[in-house]
Amino acid sequence: MRIELSKRPQHSTLFSVLSPFIALALTLVAGAIMFSLLGKNPGEALYFYFIDPLREVWSLHELAVKAAPLILIAVGLSICYLSNNWNIGAEGQFIAGAVLGSFIPVVFPGFQNWTVLPLMLIMGMAGGAAYAAVPAYLKVRFNTNEILTSLMLVYVAQLFNDWLVRGIWRNPEGMSFPGTAPFHEYAVLPAIWPDAGRAHWGIVFALVAAVVAWFMLSKTLRGFEVKVLGQSPRAGRFAGFSSSRMVFFAFIVSGALAGLAGICEVSGAVGHLNEKLSIGYGFTAIIVAFLGRLNPLGIVAAGIILALTYLGGEAAQISIGVSDKVVRAFQGMLLFFVLACDTLIHYRIRLVSALPRSKTAEA
Amino acid sequence: MKKTLLSLAAAAAVMSFGTMAAEAKVKACFIYVGPIGDFGWSYQHHQGALEAQKQLGEDNVELAYLESVPEGADAERALERFARSGCNIIFTTSFGYMDATNKVAGKFPDVKFEHATGYKREHPNVSTYNSKFHEGRYVQGVIAAKMSKAGVAGYIASFPIPEVVLGINAFMLGAQSVNPDFKLKVVWANTWFDPGKEADAAKALIDQGADIITQHTDSTAAMQVAAERGVKAFGQASDMIKFGPDTQLTSIVDNWGPYYAKRIKAVMDGNWEQSDVWGGMADGHVVMAPYTNMPDDVKKAAEDTQAKITGGFSPFTGPINKQDGTEWLKAGEVADNGVLLGLNFYVKGVDDKLPQ
Repeated sequence: MRIELSKRPQHSTLFSVLSPFIALALTLVAGAIMFSLLGKNPGEALYFYFIDPLREVWSLHELAVKAAPLILIAVGLSICYLSNNWNIGAEGQFIAGAVLGSFIPVVFPGFQNWTVLPLMLIMGMAGGAAYAAVPAYLKVRFNTNEILTSLMLVYVAQLFNDWLVRGIWRNPEGMSFPGTAPFHEYAVLPAIWPDAGRAHWGIVFALVAAVVAWFMLSKTLRGFEVKVLGQSPRAGRFAGFSSSRMVFFAFIVSGALAGLAGICEVSGAVGHLNEKLSIGYGFTAIIVAFLGRLNPLGIVAAGIILALTYLGGEAAQISIGVSDKVVRAFQGMLLFFVLACDTLIHYRIRLVSALPRSKTAEA
Repeated sequence: MKKTLLSLAAAAAVMSFGTMAAEAKVKACFIYVGPIGDFGWSYQHHQGALEAQKQLGEDNVELAYLESVPEGADAERALERFARSGCNIIFTTSFGYMDATNKVAGKFPDVKFEHATGYKREHPNVSTYNSKFHEGRYVQGVIAAKMSKAGVAGYIASFPIPEVVLGINAFMLGAQSVNPDFKLKVVWANTWFDPGKEADAAKALIDQGADIITQHTDSTAAMQVAAERGVKAFGQASDMIKFGPDTQLTSIVDNWGPYYAKRIKAVMDGNWEQSDVWGGMADGHVVMAPYTNMPDDVKKAAEDTQAKITGGFSPFTGPINKQDGTEWLKAGEVADNGVLLGLNFYVKGVDDKLPQ
């Protein structure tokens, strides 16, 4: 006997909409089982995980700080993935944006006026976009696999940043420790409501990016082009769409948003460039993009949920002493159930017996 | 649904009861950069926390900790959550938490903060603490020079920050006190914890003629390579004798327990004050694992050196020349702590170019 997936002739619109919620519910159930196996009260654990971080204003601000880069990056990735360009290297583009965006305050610390911050944001986007253009060029020109090239460039970016902040960009007053000097006040992305918490303008950029991308994808010809080329490059060619140009478009938009996330993180949340910048936002954003069903508005919700798993993980660790590894397990289960639900919408499972059909019927 | 509500209510009840009970106790909170099971840096800090709790009594001290907290934007949030959850004293056990510690300390003046290995104390409720691990490395240098047949030791270094440079120099000076022509080769692994890279570094050093291996990285890999190749080695952060029963000469053990107990006790007694502590062997911060796999005369020399340092001798006592031969310290001159904490050059005899 073996299991076979066969394509459904039609898939249910209702379940397409419901599937992320079903996946979330299944994750909660599986999470409750996991907590019980760890010997914790599952109700209490889930409360600390998903409710406690939402009870206070400062914590909501922290949620925004954590969700902003995830949403920004995932919105860009959705355009890539819809157009069938598998950009796995958003982490590298995030770093490239952070590095180039930090150029002015680090290299010209004396240049202080209101133009610094806008220039930093633009240079951050340019850095990310330029870095993403590399795998795009390699794909168009040499037909290389962009999954590999974009992923490998992540390590290049990490090591380059490491070299900078330990070497020529190191803070001269930092006792030889790695990291640039703290940015001056004109180079810091301000908090939205400084009295209430830490949330900076990055979350606003993320929401604007999501709405613009949603509009582009659902209401414009460009969005149609993205989807047609993603689903059937041949049909796209008949329509006169250039798939090479689409590769560049998708990578550059995605890279620019990842770069913006990078400079916002450096300028808004940390305050200087250091070697600890890369903690996997670019990879977690892949989960966010799929959990949001590659829909920019869905991605906003998904980004907030993923950010909540980090905050909840801390709350649960402090209050009931579960390991920090549980956060990873939660994220993994969430991605697994999302993909499983999607698979079951498009396919159904059949048990195929090796025996002749008549015998199976009898059994 | 009803059940969920009930458990939520129960959770809320447990919580409010928890805060009431905690009032009588001191809540000490620890934030670690790695997992507490790394058998290196974070592990030793956690052991110190547990020891302090044991010493002061579980009825008096409540512990909470967060492990594997990244040193960027996340640290600030983790610290704020600690401060809001009723911690009375918070230990931040990695250099990268420096700015976050000072920021959050400014917001919560009633909570005491203790930052390990940093130098910023921007608010009266922030103290810093560190250990003079280089004192132990000086002793290791003495042992290495006595034990090595080739007169060459290999040093696996992590990152070119002052503390690591300090350790290399102390080892070199210890070795030179026995054999002025002793050679030290250095490999920069550019990691704190990567068993594969550390093992490769150890192999490369042995191939270059080193017959003593020491490390400023946290895994036990180098010890295991040394055991395979039949050379001797020093452990790091914790006693690694299990990983090289016939190989380990000694190990520098980070012993944070006494300091943690002292500081938590100060909070209990209401006499905590800002301080900057750099404790060494004399304070019990730096402990040497038993001297093993060496003849009695070497063991004697090691113990004598240890006694000398405990008695107040600084490994950085002149005359000492820099690597390029220029004079750094005159005869009898002792380097001050400020210079040592920002050290960015080698002493004479180190066979390596310091990455800048």
